[in-house]
Amino acid sequence: MFIRFLISRFLTALAVVFGVVCLVFFLLHLVPGDPVEVMLGESARPADRAALQQALGLNQPVHVQFVRYMANLSQFDLGTSFYSKRPIRDLLLERLPATVELGVAALLVALLMAVPLGILAAVKKGTAWDVAATGIALFGVSIPNFWMGPMLILVGALWLGWFPVSGREGVASLVLPALTLGTALAAILSRMIRSAMLEIMNEDFMRTARGKGLAERTVILRHGLRNALLPVITLVGLQLGALLSGAVITETVFSWPGIGSLVVEAIHRRDYPVVQATVLCISTSYVALNVLTDLAYAWIDPRVRLGSQP
Amino acid sequence: MMRPWIPLGVILLWALVALLAPALPLSPNSIDLPHILTPGSPDEWLGYDDLGRPVFDRLLVGARTSFLVAFAVVGVSLVIGSLLGTIGAYAGGWLDLVLVRVMDVFLAFPGILLAIALAGVMGPGIDNVVIALSVVSWVGYARLARAQVLSMKERDHVHAAVAIGTSPPRIIARHVLPLIGAPLIVEASFGMASVVIGEAGLSFLGLGVQPPTASWGSMIRDGTRYMLVAPHMVIAPGLALMGVVLSVNVLGDRLRDWLDVKNQPQNSFKSPLP
Repeated sequence: MFIRFLISRFLTALAVVFGVVCLVFFLLHLVPGDPVEVMLGESARPADRAALQQALGLNQPVHVQFVRYMANLSQFDLGTSFYSKRPIRDLLLERLPATVELGVAALLVALLMAVPLGILAAVKKGTAWDVAATGIALFGVSIPNFWMGPMLILVGALWLGWFPVSGREGVASLVLPALTLGTALAAILSRMIRSAMLEIMNEDFMRTARGKGLAERTVILRHGLRNALLPVITLVGLQLGALLSGAVITETVFSWPGIGSLVVEAIHRRDYPVVQATVLCISTSYVALNVLTDLAYAWIDPRVRLGSQP
Repeated sequence: MMRPWIPLGVILLWALVALLAPALPLSPNSIDLPHILTPGSPDEWLGYDDLGRPVFDRLLVGARTSFLVAFAVVGVSLVIGSLLGTIGAYAGGWLDLVLVRVMDVFLAFPGILLAIALAGVMGPGIDNVVIALSVVSWVGYARLARAQVLSMKERDHVHAAVAIGTSPPRIIARHVLPLIGAPLIVEASFGMASVVIGEAGLSFLGLGVQPPTASWGSMIRDGTRYMLVAPHMVIAPGLALMGVVLSVNVLGDRLRDWLDVKNQPQNSFKSPLP
């Protein structure tokens, strides 16, 4: 049964990736007018123009272009950057570690903020603590990354001088971007943890734990939180996608040399092949993360893997 | 919980400003060179920007950009999304299958990544911002409408309508849509917050409305270059943006409780797009 679930999930994901590839392929055809002219400017020499047209394959019919594009992709050939003249695959591999580092740090920040906040709100339900936690979460989701980032730079870097303004040098430079990226996730997670904890609080085993005289702290952390985190951890997987798109803006704010800032740089340089490849890379990783989350969930919860869910 | 009339007041005030902005005596593009980057004073509350333009006037005109884009995008994607979702769910079969697969593909792009790519490729401008954000937004409404209609299809009153020979368009219009309106309206209210942030995000990246048109996002972008000497250029539009988004989120929560929409987890705010 599990194998069957695995295979069907994998095939669906493959179909989605194929759709994504098609959509990304047509991106280049949405450039108003002639992409070659937009990329090179009006004063370009005819020879350069012909060379770029040749390199992008734009002088061929659309279906030939598509087949060529797919054939290249199947060999992990993402094309060449028009700006730096380097293979796009190398550019992506170069930028990947920075984005992974930022993503992991933001996730840690989010968990460190959300777990205490969520538990506090659930345990002290209906009190001022709960209201305050709700308020903090509400602010957390309402502050956009592109404002939170500059404000943190203003206070933490320009006024206090504790952290560098931008760039990626050492742990100190990671703090502000991770806070910026992690806050919204923290807000959403804290609400999930609160509702998961509230459900757990009424379970029989919680009453048993209290009944046998365990300290309240032990009851909540060992018996409550452990069970509440199970669904939350799998939901974190889905939220990682939001983190990926948030990274585009956060990396741009902090000049963080990751994949997200690569998209924006490529757009401003009209380096469309790089835009295509990067968007493709981000969304396929998102699909992969979703599949992994589903599998993790199925692995943890036998009801899913045994097929009582569609 | 916050009293609902505070956020309601904030939204109505900004909506009024957005509506009346062209009629107000504002000069968002007048350049006053001696005042470049000067902070707020009793004469000019929020000071001047890097070109010597009054920040307050630009803030009010920026509200118009925000609200125009928000209403356009939510309107377009609500209509297209719920129409497609309803048709897919009601028709079933291969039509529904195709819809689900197409939705899956659009959902595979996290957040506003697709909008960033589209706006980046199509070029800046308010029309392209509306198109790019609509392409991302319609899926949410389609998914919600589809799920609602699927459960509504099996209700007794719909079976009864089918039995007496009512035509499908009439069943959808008279017996299905009125009952799935509430969740769609709640989704649309949260959608407003997402689109306001989305537009500002695109403008922040330089992919939104073009200068000299004011947008809160591009104001923040301009301000980041002068943060040490003129922090008011970043703080003012950011606070305005946060005020609107916060208010919309609170109102959306209230609306959900009031309309008694139970299909979403209680007390979990919708995550903003970027």
